[in-house]
Amino acid sequence: MGYFGLSRMSIFVTGAEIAPKNFIINRELLVAYANASGDQNPIHQNEAFAQSVGLENVIAHGMLTMALVGRYVSEIAGSGAVKEFAARFVKPVVVPASTDVELLVSAKVLAIESNEMKIEITASCKGVKVLSMAKAVIAIR
Amino acid sequence: MLNPDIVGRTFTSANTFTVTKESIIEFCTAIGELDFTAAPPTYTIKISLAESEVLLKESGLNWDRVVHGDQKFELHQPIVGGDQILCSSTVESARIVAGNEIVTVRSDLYRSSEHVASSWATLVSRA
Repeated sequence: MGYFGLSRMSIFVTGAEIAPKNFIINRELLVAYANASGDQNPIHQNEAFAQSVGLENVIAHGMLTMALVGRYVSEIAGSGAVKEFAARFVKPVVVPASTDVELLVSAKVLAIESNEMKIEITASCKGVKVLSMAKAVIAIR
Repeated sequence: MLNPDIVGRTFTSANTFTVTKESIIEFCTAIGELDFTAAPPTYTIKISLAESEVLLKESGLNWDRVVHGDQKFELHQPIVGGDQILCSSTVESARIVAGNEIVTVRSDLYRSSEHVASSWATLVSRA
């Protein structure tokens, strides 16, 4: 198990903003995630197919967006300390060919109890929120 | 057509899913996670979505129009390489809202008798 940073945790107070982080999503990442997750739906790789089902272009797997946000939460929490993690997928992340799409993730502390901290997460692309009701519960040990 | 009788139905996979260290490294590498010691929080989607597919197909959702609506994870114990995970999925709800068919499946993951994680996937077939 990785180190759990209690000293880092102690700087958090209810209402505190947690430093934002940018993640890059591109076609190479969609292929790598498809292989790693087993989700080979062509809407995440094949532009012609994506357009044939009414999408403007290839879109990222919702679970890829959630996995990147999960990485953000894990970096706050420390390995193994994420107890709950939930999100609603409200807008697709469109990924044109040869383009790095930026996913901007930030969070705010909703509540701190004796053994856990609840955070609310914001994830957006080009100013458009792609997740809503994104929350995580992190154990404080 | 959505089949409302599907609510409450449970499907438990006949075989366990083997979590290999390599699959954790591959998943971590794809998302840029540097800590390979345990499965990242969303790794279990690899297990639960495949295992609940039987129920989702039975639910009558129009598969061509399905998008992922919501996802939730509760993580009780770290999942590591070598774990044998059994998945039991239950349809918690099936409803139609404004013509959209919405199904929520809960998946409980066990390592022997130990309950290691639960997840809830809500899939929406758009009108």
